[in-house]
Order: sequence, then structure tokens, then C-alpha cells
Amino acid sequence: MLLVITLTAAAIWIFPLYWAFVTSIRDESHVVSSDAGLLPDMLNLTAYSDALFNSNLLTWYVNSIGTSIIITVTVLITGMMCAYALSQMRFPGRRALYAVVLASFMIPTQALVVTQFVLMNDLGLVNTWAGIILPQLIVPVVIIVYKQFFDAVPKEMREAVLLDGGGEYTLLFKVYLPLNWGITTALAIITFIMAWNQFFWPFLVTTSENMMTIPVGITQVRDTFGVNYARVMAVALLGAAPVAIAYLIFQKKVTEAVMISSGVKG
Amino acid sequence: MITNRRKHIVVAMTLIAPFVFIFALVFLYPTLKMVELSFTNAPLIGSGEWVGLDNYRRLFNDNLFYTSLKNNGYFVLLTVVPTTVIALAIALAVNRLAGSMQALVLAVFFLPYILPVSVVTQIWAWMLDFQFGILQPLIEWVTGKPVAVFNHPSWVMPAVASITIWWTNGFNVLLFIAGLRNISPDLYEAAALDGASRRQLFMKITWPLLWPVTALVLTLQLILQLKLFDQVYLLSGGGPFNSSYVLLMMVYREAFQLNHGGYASAVAVILFVLIMIVSVLQFQLLRIGGRK
Repeated sequence: MLLVITLTAAAIWIFPLYWAFVTSIRDESHVVSSDAGLLPDMLNLTAYSDALFNSNLLTWYVNSIGTSIIITVTVLITGMMCAYALSQMRFPGRRALYAVVLASFMIPTQALVVTQFVLMNDLGLVNTWAGIILPQLIVPVVIIVYKQFFDAVPKEMREAVLLDGGGEYTLLFKVYLPLNWGITTALAIITFIMAWNQFFWPFLVTTSENMMTIPVGITQVRDTFGVNYARVMAVALLGAAPVAIAYLIFQKKVTEAVMISSGVKG
Repeated sequence: MITNRRKHIVVAMTLIAPFVFIFALVFLYPTLKMVELSFTNAPLIGSGEWVGLDNYRRLFNDNLFYTSLKNNGYFVLLTVVPTTVIALAIALAVNRLAGSMQALVLAVFFLPYILPVSVVTQIWAWMLDFQFGILQPLIEWVTGKPVAVFNHPSWVMPAVASITIWWTNGFNVLLFIAGLRNISPDLYEAAALDGASRRQLFMKITWPLLWPVTALVLTLQLILQLKLFDQVYLLSGGGPFNSSYVLLMMVYREAFQLNHGGYASAVAVILFVLIMIVSVLQFQLLRIGGRK
């Protein structure tokens, strides 16, 4: 009985995505006709080819993939370096820095967009990748998670490397990082998904269609073509496809990353 | 020894430098600049004159500010507790499934969360389309006539709230499932041996042990939903008649459409302070709740 209720709820939950898909493979005239049923009854890929070849979708893909990868790599590298120093080294200002990292969790970045935009304008970075990327490079949770994992590495390993004459960089990249590949991939996947899905900031900092990312660009399609539901749904699904596929492949990792980064599971 | 110590510190500084530099550039500086700008009449781009507290005085006499505040509050009411309850129910149900069935059902509930917001709004705009929306027959069945959901003052916020719950609920489900998995099965076995009923198991074991996660979900949601912008912007643009106008919308419109950089900054400062207060309360609450 419970199983039936759960499965019904799951079916309702997935229905909007199912319906978007059914719409996207129909002919536009069939989409709005009254005899169109709930089941997929056509396989018409015009909407997809239109979306791919008669819009800027491919440009937006390049922008999204490029900026998301740069954000992910930069966030992880700067985050692990900072976390390593916080976890393994003693220097003046360490406690203050950790307090800042914890506090920056609470800073609502959305409230900063006005002055971030002014800054990017002053630096001449409006409508550039750098402008899209820069404000997204602060992800304090990456530092906090890395610090937790670095804290847990046995001290003996550290001392052994130091005795052999290895430095801190050797320790970080040859010992601490390889020991934590698991959490690194998990963090990389969720950072990438977060960057890919970012809407508000890229929407503000890109005004030229050629510089837009997927989430911003696909809102333009409706304006350009008028309402063509099959095409709108095809574009939406194509825009969501990379992260959806990444999730389905790395489902376990994503689940783990979400749980760890919210502190429910350590 | 002294030089070693100095070298150690230099290495530490180079390790933290990239983060500190980026943090200062894109977080610290904009925060200070925002406060400064809020005391001027500057346009978005360019400088203005110092006007003291004028922006704040104007803000506290601006009806739109109170409308936004009220709508933010209304949206919080419509989302925070409902999404927590729904997520808990789903998590309890999913947790009873086993193996690949569990993975599949969990994926179904989590999938919307990883979609970009504009994909979510476009799918739902189509689902609720006035003429051809698949949900209109349902609405017609309940109310007797089709409703242009995002153009109706009393429908718009509940609709945006429902869509938001559909979109973000998977995250909360995951947190609850992690919480449930942390509860030792021994507890249930021992209680079952003592003849505890299902209801008792939930009330005496699951619920109290899940409370820290519940508190986390509630407070995370509260902060998240205060920052509402994307969905209302894309679905209703703040209308009709400002019935879905929220604080962040006000920041956006004043700054980027009306070119009032100073005034927009004042609104942003209020929003910033509001969210910081809630966050600090959250931090304290969770600490009292026994977390690190």
C-alpha cells in the first residue's frame, strides 16, 4: 500500500519532465491540438534541430561549459590550498581566517550584485567570461569540507614526509590530495552543477547574447521565436541535459556530496 | 629555527593568498562599497553625492518596500514549513524501499533540484499555460474556469511557491534520508522487542533523533527563500499589481532598470542585514541543538 502511494507520488513528481519531453518530440501544430493525448504519439525532432542550429544554443553551451569548468577547477584548487593551511599549518591570523570562512557562509551574495556589477564594469569585465566567473569563485563550503578531511589524515604521514625533506606543497599534492580523491570528485561534481545552474549573476553581467550561459540564454528563445512550445521544451531539455546526465551517472557521488557539504554526514 | 618558522609562515601565506585575494575583491570590497553607495544618490554607473540617510528615510516611506517585505514573508510561509513536511514524508517513504528501487525513486525526487531555474520555469509555464496547459483542465474542474495563474494576484505566489517546492525539495529529502540513516537500527529493534507500536517508534525514536536535521532544513530553507528572485522574475516579473514583488526584485529594478544605484544599495543593505540576522540566529539555534 505504502509502495503504491510512494510510486504514485514519484510518478506525479516526474510528470512535468515527462510532459516536457512528450511536447518536445511533437509537431508544433499537434502540441496545441485538442486531440493530443498524454502518451508520446510522434517522434518529430524538428524542435531539437531548430534549437541546435537556428539559435545560439551551441554558443551558450560553450560559455556554460567553459565558465563552469574554470569555476570548478579554481574553486577546488584555491579551496584545498586554503583548507590545507588552515588544517595543517600554524600562522598568524589563522583563527581569524577560519572565522571569516565560516561567516562567509552566511553572506547573501545576491545582495551584493549591485556593487559587484559596478566593480566588474570598472574592471571592464561586463560581457566577458572573467566577469561571469569572478564572483562565483567563493564557495566556503569547499574549504570547510576539505579542512574536515585534512584534519582526519593521520599525523604520522605528515611527519614521515617532513623527515624525508618534503615540503608543504609536496605534502598537499602528493599526500593529502591523493588521499582525498573521493571527496574531491564529489565536490567537483556539485560545484560544477552549481556553477552551471547559476542564473542571477550571469543574467546581470551578460547583455550580449553571445556571452550568455545556458540558463540565461534559453530565456531568450521564447522572445526570439514567439511561443513555440515544442521548441521551448526542446531547448529547456537540451539546456538541462548535461547536468541531468552528470547526475544520473554520478548519482552516488552527488548524494554523498550534498550530505557531506550540509554537515549531516561527516 | 627562526628562519624555518618564517619560511613556514611564508608558505602558509602563499597557500591562503588566492582565496584571500578573491574574497577581498568580490566579497569584502563590494560589501563595503554597498554600504557607502547607500548613502549617496549615485546612478548604477558613475558617482553621486553624499545624501546621508535620505535613501533609508525614503525607503521606510516607500509602499513598495513594505509590499516586497510582505511578499517575502508570504513566500516564506508558503514554502518553508510545507517543503519540510513534504520532504520528511518522502524521505520516510523512500527510506522504507530497498536496493535499486530506492535509488530510482530517490533519483526521481532529486532530479528537479539539479535543473537550471529557467528550465524549471519554462516547463511550468507550459504546464500552466492559460490556453493549452495540461493542468488547466484540473484548475477548471476545481474553480469552474481556467486561470491565467501568473497573471492573477492571489494565484501567483502560491503557484511560484509550489513550483519552488517541486524544484528544491529533493535537496531536503536527501538531508532527511542522511539523518534517517544515522539512526542506529538497534534502537528500533530494542524498542520493537519491548513491544513499541509504529507510532511510538516514530514519536519516541525517529522524530527526536531527526530533530537536528529538521532544524537544519527549516533554517536553510528560510534563508534560501528570503533570497527569492529568479522564479518570480521569470514567471511573473513581480506582477500582477506587484503581488509577487520581492526585496531582491526591488534591488534589481532600482539598480538595473531605473538606474538608482544608491537607492538600490540601501534596499540591498536592508536585505543583507535581514539575512545575516536570520543566519546568526540559525547558527545559534543549531549550536544549541547540539551540533558543532
